[in-house]
Formats: sequence, structure tokens, C-alpha cells
Amino acid sequence: MTLLLIIRRSLRQHLLSTFVTALSIALAGGLLMSVWVVKEQSQATFTQVNAGFDAVLGARGSKLQLVLNAIFHLEASPGNVAAADYEFIKRHPAVKLAIPIAVGDNLRGYRIVGTIPELFTDVEYTPGRKYTLVAGRPFDPAAKEAVLGRFVADRLGLEVGDIFHPYHGLVFNERDQHAETYRVTGILAPSNTPADKVIWIPLHGLQTMSGHDPRAATDVSAVLIQLRSPAAGFMLDLMYNKQGNRLTFAYPIGAIMADLFQKISWFDQVLALVAYLVGLVSAAGVLVAIYNSMSARRRDIAILRSLGAHRRTLCGAIVLEAAAIGLLGMLVAFAAYAVIVSVVAAIVRAQTGVLLDPWIFNSVMLWAPAGMVVLCALGGLIPAWKAYRTDVADHLAPLS
Amino acid sequence: MQVCPRFNAGIFPHALRSAMPLLSISSLQRSFVSPDGERRTIVDVPAFSLEAGRQLALRGESGSGKTTFLHLVAGILAPDTGSILVDGRDMAVLSEPARDRLRAETIGYIFQTFNLLQGYSCLENVLLGMAFGRGTDRSRATALLERVGLGHRLHHRPRQLSTGQQQRVAVARALANHPKLVLADEPTGNLDHKNARESLALIRDTCRENGAALLLVSHDPEVLAAFEEVQDFATLNRALQGVAS
Repeated sequence: MTLLLIIRRSLRQHLLSTFVTALSIALAGGLLMSVWVVKEQSQATFTQVNAGFDAVLGARGSKLQLVLNAIFHLEASPGNVAAADYEFIKRHPAVKLAIPIAVGDNLRGYRIVGTIPELFTDVEYTPGRKYTLVAGRPFDPAAKEAVLGRFVADRLGLEVGDIFHPYHGLVFNERDQHAETYRVTGILAPSNTPADKVIWIPLHGLQTMSGHDPRAATDVSAVLIQLRSPAAGFMLDLMYNKQGNRLTFAYPIGAIMADLFQKISWFDQVLALVAYLVGLVSAAGVLVAIYNSMSARRRDIAILRSLGAHRRTLCGAIVLEAAAIGLLGMLVAFAAYAVIVSVVAAIVRAQTGVLLDPWIFNSVMLWAPAGMVVLCALGGLIPAWKAYRTDVADHLAPLS
Repeated sequence: MQVCPRFNAGIFPHALRSAMPLLSISSLQRSFVSPDGERRTIVDVPAFSLEAGRQLALRGESGSGKTTFLHLVAGILAPDTGSILVDGRDMAVLSEPARDRLRAETIGYIFQTFNLLQGYSCLENVLLGMAFGRGTDRSRATALLERVGLGHRLHHRPRQLSTGQQQRVAVARALANHPKLVLADEPTGNLDHKNARESLALIRDTCRENGAALLLVSHDPEVLAAFEEVQDFATLNRALQGVAS
């Protein structure tokens, strides 16, 4: 009780330094927790997102580029797959389902992807869940109609019945407007997958869009594949990647994404290192803040000692005060964390369509605050030692 | 003066304690190293005693070692040699935590500059006066502040009070832990005549009401005149008489 009173009053007496120090701890803690959670969530989410497919078949090139283009709608297409190749893989006994996609157009920066209606009727993008419409109906494969992902519909303000002109290329340029118009017939329910940020139109419509090369009118950009068994994947991998030299078979999708994260793990480590260093500097800030106020505190310490307080009691009060600053900082750190991860999640959602869930419990939410409080308490040890050594008689009223 | 035999940890049995003076000092010496490197004896008191409930004023000039003497009695400073029996316990041989405990339970201290904690309210200052002894008692702290006329200033900070009022808070704090001995070091040194008179009366009355002995040091003739018993510190402290310690 007395200890709490001493700590509370001391924090109040040094309100400005308490506030500034706690704020720096809050930023450090918020940054550390954000980096950690975003790193783990991204890794967990992106290695699990496969849009319901096991593999992607595309033009010869990088597997990662193929997956990023066909599943995440991020990269440019490495090239085209001939219609005959699509027909071949579609009929291959090891393949359960093959969905072709064609890319190359956009609407104000959002991708227009040509596909077949089976994507919406036959594919479970995650086990037990198929794409559903919140408004309208699926497109007619023979008509100039479009189904919009919910995210892109919200962003572009498009509703069922609206009409738009596609633009050529993956990057929006006003001068590249196609002559055709497409009517929005449906809007997908949010799936928290990259499909949410795509404008889906019939495959044939994209293949034959005015200005596209008529020689490639039957080609597709990639084929999304569901396999009958994992063994089939390795067999096709051998066939296309080792024995063939025209196409690339990206399988398994999760492993390719995990490889990407492995390659960029140094970036996470740099971010984490920065967060650790900021944490360390903040703890040093606690040390400096308390240490610098020691000359003002020594009189209070001497008075409390004259009232019978033990050295170790006041020593403990200093350490606990440092820990309390750390605790205060870490409470605010959760607010900083909320802001940082909300912004990061919104950016990730806008760029990839993938929704990170930063509110799922992560162990960093326990060990980071605990670690920071302990670090701050350690930072309080040096001023506490100074308090311990305070000479009572010297710091009371001057000797008569 | 006869020196009582020492017992373990400086604690004397209760039966023996009741027959002893509240404060009994023998062969007390304390020296300091001066800036020129020479060790100088500041306090050299062969014998001194104060009975329970007694009020005594020590007359002494500035620099005579009065404050050092009170610090030694309070256990704030440890002596070089000698014994300081306070309520049957020898401050000189107790460990520092035990001295702190004895001070917290037995002694109240009124300083010339009050030494109030500026970040705390009047009530909290008084509560801290009892916190390290037998524990806090809010109603007693409130009653003491009411007794010294500050019942309406419980939650004021010291800097929001006049000098006289601050002195009264210091008096209330010194009595908060039910002390058997109150030490007062030039308690009116910072007050004007009127406030000094009132404050002195308050200290003496409240000590009497609480059954506490009072040992006051001052150089102010007006303060000393208010006491029935006044002793010259120079006659007590051989260091002032030029006697080799």
C-alpha cells in the first residue's frame, strides 16, 4: 500500500518524463508486436491461400511468378498456354479439375480476369466453402458480363447493372480503354482471398477483347489445377518441369509461397532487430529518466528514510517504478499495435485481397509486454543502487 | 552514569527496560573527516539521559553538533563508539534495518526545514509518518491534522500551505507513529515570532497529550525560555570543550 503510494506519487511528480518514456516504450512495444504478428500471420495466411487449387500450369518461367500471377493476381503473366495444352491437362487422368484464366486487362488498376463459370460452381476456395454471390447472378459465358469481388466492387463503387469499359494491360492508363462494355451481373460475397479484388469476366470475352492479338485468341494465361492425389502432382512436376521445356507446373503452391517467405526472412529479421533495439533504447530511456531525476529524488528518499523506511524498500520502489513505466508503456503499446496492424492489414488487403486477422491471440502479446517490463525493471536497477547509497543525513536539512 | 549491560542485538528485557530512562547515552562519539583530510570529533557525549514524558531543551549555537547529536539518537547516523539506548534498545549495535524499525516505531522527528514530502498531500505526509512502523491509521492521521488545526487542509500539498501550517503538518507527522520520543531540531527556526510561539506551544502540548518525551535543540532564547528544563549542549558535548576524545 505504502509502496504503491510512493510509486504513484513519484510517477506523478515526474509526469512529463514518465509520459515521454512510457510513450517511447509504447511505440517500441507496438512496433515489436506488430512486426511479429504481421510476420507470422502473413506467413501462415499466404502459405495456406491456394484458392482451392493444388497447382498452376503456365508458360515456362518462374514457379513463384506463376503462383503470384494466377493465385494472388499480383505478378505479370510469364506468357501464354496454348489451347491444346489446356485441353490436354484438362483431360489428364491425374487431374480432377482444370480452370483456365486469362489476364491482361484492368479497370482502374484492378485486374480483369477471364475464366469459366465452373470457378464459381465447382471450386471450394477453402474446404467446405464455395464462392457465393451477395447480389445478382453469375455471368453468362457468352455475354459481355462481369462478376466483381466484393472488395473491388466497394472500391470502385460498382453495383449490379452498372456498365464499364475494360482498359488494356495490368496497369491503368486512360488512353488504353477497350471499345467493349461489360455489365455487372453479380457481386461475390467476401471470401478474404485474392478473388475479392478481381473483376471476373468470361474467358472468351478477355481472349477476344478488341486490340488483343487475334493469334492468341484461344490461349490462356494459366490453368488452375485440382489433382486427384499428391502423387499425381509429383508425376506432372516431373513431366512438365524435368522432361518438358515449354511449360511450368507450379506444385505444391504452399511450398512455393513458403520458399518466398524463406527468401525474404532477412527482412523480418531486420524489422525485428529494429524493434528489439527500439525496445532496448526505451528501457535505457527509463534508466536515464529516473537517473537524471535522482538528485531531486534524494531529498525525498532521505525524508522517507528518516521516517523509518528501509534502504531496500526505497530501492524496490525505484525498481517497481521503472517496471510501472514499462507496464504503462506496454498498455499503450496495445493501442499502438492496434493502429499499426490495422494499417498493415488494410494495405495487405488492398494489395492482395488476403485478410490478415491481427486480433487472433499470439504469444508475442504475452512475452513482449513481460519482457519489456522486466527490461525496464532492470533499467531501474542503477538508479535504485544510487537510491540505496543515498546518505540520509547529507540530504536532510543542512547541519546546524 | 552507570552503563547498562548489553544484551544480544542491543535489546534489553522488558523488566529491565521499564526501570531505565527512555533515552540513555554513554560514551557517545562521532567524528567526520573534514575537507582538509583531518578527522574531527563533532560529538563526544560521555553521558546523557531523558526520562519518558520529560521535556528538555538543549541550548546550542549553530555548528555545535546539535543536529548530528539528534541524528545519532534517531539512528540516522551510526556512532563511532558508545551506546544509545532508546526504549531499552541500543541504536549503536543494531543493524541499519533494525535502527530504521526502531526509529519508525519509537521516534518522531521535527526538522527545522520541516522536510515535508512536496509531492504528497498533508494527510499522506502524516500517513507516511506511521507507515514504516506499526502501519497506517487514516483516522488517527486525520485526527492529528485536526488537532493541529489543519482538518480543512487534509488534501492540500505542502506548497499550498503557509510556513506555519507546514510546521504544524510536520508536528502531526512526528506524532503519527505514537512515538515515545520526539526530537525537534530548531523547529521554530523558519517561523516568525507569533508562529514560533504558537508552534512551540503546539509541539509541547501535543507531546504531552501523546505521552511522548521531547528533546528539543535550539539557539533561540525565546524558545529556550519556554522550557522548564534547559541544558547547555556545550556542557554535554566534550568536543566543544576542547577535551581530547
